[in-house]
Amino acid sequence: MTTRYFGQPIKRNEDPRLLTGQALFTDDVHLPNMLHVAFLRSDYAHAHIRSINVSAAQAIPGVVAIYTADDLGDYWRPGPLLVPPPPVKDLIFNPRMQVPLAKNKVRHVGEPIVVIVAESRYIAEDAAQQIFVDFEPLPAVVDIEKALAPDAPVIHPDLAHNLNAHVIQRKGDYAAIRDQAAVLIKRRFLYDRGTAAAMENRGIVADWDAKNEQLTMWDTTQAPIPIRNGIAAMLGLSERQVRVVAPFIGGGFGPKIMMFYPEEVLLPWISMRLNRPVKWIEDRSENFYATTQERGQVHEAEIALTRDGRVLGIHDLFLHDAGAYAPYGLTVALNSQCTLLGQYDVPHYYSEFKAVFTNKPIVTPYRGAGRQHGVFVMERLLDIAAKELGIDRVEIRRRNLIPPEKFPYNNEIIYQDFAPLIYDSGNYAPALDKALALIDYTNFIQTEQPRLRAEGKLVGLGLVTYVEGTGIGPYEGAKVTIETSGRVSVATGIGTQGQGHYTVFAQVVAEQLGVNVENVRLVTGDTAEFYWGAGTFASRGAVVAGNAIHAAAVKVRQKILKRASEDLEAAEEDLELVDGTVRVKGSPSTAIKLGELAARLNPLRGAVKPGAEPGLEATDYFGPERGATASGVHAMIVEVDPETMQVEIKKYIAVHDCGVVINPMILEGQIQGGVAQGIGNAFYEQLIFDENGQLLNASFMDYLLPTADTVPRVEMDHVETRSPLNPLGIKGAGEAGAIPVGPLFAQAVEDALIGYNIEILEIPLSPNRLFELVLEPQQGS
Amino acid sequence: MDNLHTLSVNVNGVTYTRAVEARLLLSDFLRHELNLTGTHVGCEHGSCGACTILMDDQAVRSCIMFAVQSNGHTLTTIEGLTPDGNMQHLHPLQTAFHEKHGLQCGYCTPGFLMTLLPFLAENPHPSDQEIREAISGNLCRCTGYQNIIEAVKLAAQKKAPRP
Ligand code: FES
Ligand code: FES
Repeated sequence: MTTRYFGQPIKRNEDPRLLTGQALFTDDVHLPNMLHVAFLRSDYAHAHIRSINVSAAQAIPGVVAIYTADDLGDYWRPGPLLVPPPPVKDLIFNPRMQVPLAKNKVRHVGEPIVVIVAESRYIAEDAAQQIFVDFEPLPAVVDIEKALAPDAPVIHPDLAHNLNAHVIQRKGDYAAIRDQAAVLIKRRFLYDRGTAAAMENRGIVADWDAKNEQLTMWDTTQAPIPIRNGIAAMLGLSERQVRVVAPFIGGGFGPKIMMFYPEEVLLPWISMRLNRPVKWIEDRSENFYATTQERGQVHEAEIALTRDGRVLGIHDLFLHDAGAYAPYGLTVALNSQCTLLGQYDVPHYYSEFKAVFTNKPIVTPYRGAGRQHGVFVMERLLDIAAKELGIDRVEIRRRNLIPPEKFPYNNEIIYQDFAPLIYDSGNYAPALDKALALIDYTNFIQTEQPRLRAEGKLVGLGLVTYVEGTGIGPYEGAKVTIETSGRVSVATGIGTQGQGHYTVFAQVVAEQLGVNVENVRLVTGDTAEFYWGAGTFASRGAVVAGNAIHAAAVKVRQKILKRASEDLEAAEEDLELVDGTVRVKGSPSTAIKLGELAARLNPLRGAVKPGAEPGLEATDYFGPERGATASGVHAMIVEVDPETMQVEIKKYIAVHDCGVVINPMILEGQIQGGVAQGIGNAFYEQLIFDENGQLLNASFMDYLLPTADTVPRVEMDHVETRSPLNPLGIKGAGEAGAIPVGPLFAQAVEDALIGYNIEILEIPLSPNRLFELVLEPQQGS
Repeated sequence: MDNLHTLSVNVNGVTYTRAVEARLLLSDFLRHELNLTGTHVGCEHGSCGACTILMDDQAVRSCIMFAVQSNGHTLTTIEGLTPDGNMQHLHPLQTAFHEKHGLQCGYCTPGFLMTLLPFLAENPHPSDQEIREAISGNLCRCTGYQNIIEAVKLAAQKKAPRP
């Protein structure tokens, strides 16, 4: 019997290092002779820079160098456009990218203006206080609905307006179907900004070794390989001269991928100039301004239905807040556009968005990456439709689910990976049924809720569905090696930020090679170990890198079988890989240790056969033709305190389908953590900017992250629908937990507050906001 | 730079004597002067708990203390939990975090462990609600807390099984 590793809740290989404080994070890198960097950042959201005076700062003992934009010479140039626009007809796209240091003008609070290098961070910050910048403040663009007004201040003067992009996508013919609809419902939806708030802030250590002409960079990035390639090109170095290491990362969630942050571009340049290692570690207040953020959309959406609740079509116009620069192209807004239709079979869809520049921090994907906005709009429209038509909210959803026989299901629009949005596989009704059973829907609606309401309790239930496009291309690669000790090493290019890659990837390898998971050592996030790849984003690590590792492990397995069949004089079909050995089935004593086999394949004397490759090693790559679509249903029961409008979650259910599961323990951890972020996003977290573009709550005292006393246990169940797009049949799961929580909150709270007759059309909520809604006179529809 | 103060502190059983600036944070002192980098910083405002260590067996936040304030005291950091550095000799609370998948990126973990040690010493059989309250001042962005609570329960159970 061979042991199965795939699909088991195997404990994590990475834990011991993390639990003992031995794991290396970027700020733990300490090099002899190292200098420290601080930034002077803009206090204004929008201003001209008249002059900068650094002389007092320069005189401080311990200050080594101070640079402004002018000092950068040719090295000063806007960052690269990371994601080009998709091939959509008549698309307008005005990319404007962030610069290393602001020149002449600042466009958001926190934009770096001057970089100070000193013997310690304390001295560098002292010096920053002694720098005088003469600003001429300009009116700021804060409200996205005013960004395109004719009299709006212009953020990028070469554009003459603040339009970053304009995209229209269509399926069917909404205008034609509109007339046939029995019911039309139109609403305006808001989804405001939040921040990813990974517990580890960003950081970079750059070390130029002049003698060896080698640059080493430790970077809290989710994508070390693209960073290496870009930095090498900017500095005029060969890619082989640059090594980027993404060591342990204290949470990513998207913003750490945004390659070529100003700090990332400047630190290696400074190290080369000064010939000393340099370090910059972001502090939490910088993180609130200088790390990218997300959310920020306004939708005007209309749904057209038949009398019996069949959705005929959706018409959606929305504005997307891009922030001051838009290096990440249209990814977030496209995700909103392409996730809105969700699990539903909607024949007609018209979706038009305008992405606008504002004087706020840059927007790039953050866990969910725009998907939740789309899900919010669709799920809320269905809730309102259900009420108007007098149909149960579950029933209206069930009537519109894409039936299993319609997969692969073509939504006829273009997704963020530039491939047509085709759902690869899905089976939605069983997940819905499981969620109904777990939340005890009928009993709650018919018995519990009336009983509790009679007692004066404000209790409500929410139930929503969603899809998540995951595991997009282009590709990843991996190298699997069996060492002569019998240990297996696996190298891949992606970065890892807590998703358990050290374990799930080891499971993939163990499954093929019959070795213990603890004997598989993953090397990831170090460009010296693996040359090719893209990075960890869009819930793609397990899908794309996982399948590359699988492919490489399969090749190594073939090599083992081939050589062992010669050495053991047995047919390959008669061999099995067990406990780190290859042996003849039914004759366990006829076995060779894999390490021994690897040694035999790497002789130090004698001759090898022509064409022989040394050792037991293979490299392979995987690139899916398009993304795999995961899906799920979340449900919850809440109680609202009428005195405080605090919402208590009584029960939370998540039923998820992410294809074949590699490690259920890690998957459930991802979902629980995602739901916690979703709860924060729905009810606690909101970045509040005033009319001048100043962020009013830039600290953990004022910006509330969910805590242990506000996050409930999520009860989970799974449905497994294989993805046909990759050999392992897996779909991504990294973002799923966070996606549906906004509309879930809205529906449940609205249900709890039924007597107040409010309609919740915005996220985030808060106790304050609920009070306002309850007190506001009803606008009606 | 001229105003240095001599400080003598016992950390994980070793006495260190150093001359430091008055403004040097205890977290920076531990991490960058003593190279005990297992103590992490997430906010430097005292609001996330990542930097929690023990001072004379009480949990304190090292980012809102100056190094000089630790003069004459006894500190324990995460490195002091497995004194021989042998991964096989994890503290029962560390083992419980491993068993219950109580960590993902692991950045917040040392702070949780150091917060929980004195809590469990004082309250060896905590209820769910008591555990939630005990860690409500520690932020974790990855786990959603549930598995941390499970880990604490497991550690409590293992250490002192109820009669
Ligand atoms: S770093 Fe000390 S409490 Fe956050
Ligand atoms: S495990 Fe990542 S912050 Fe807690």
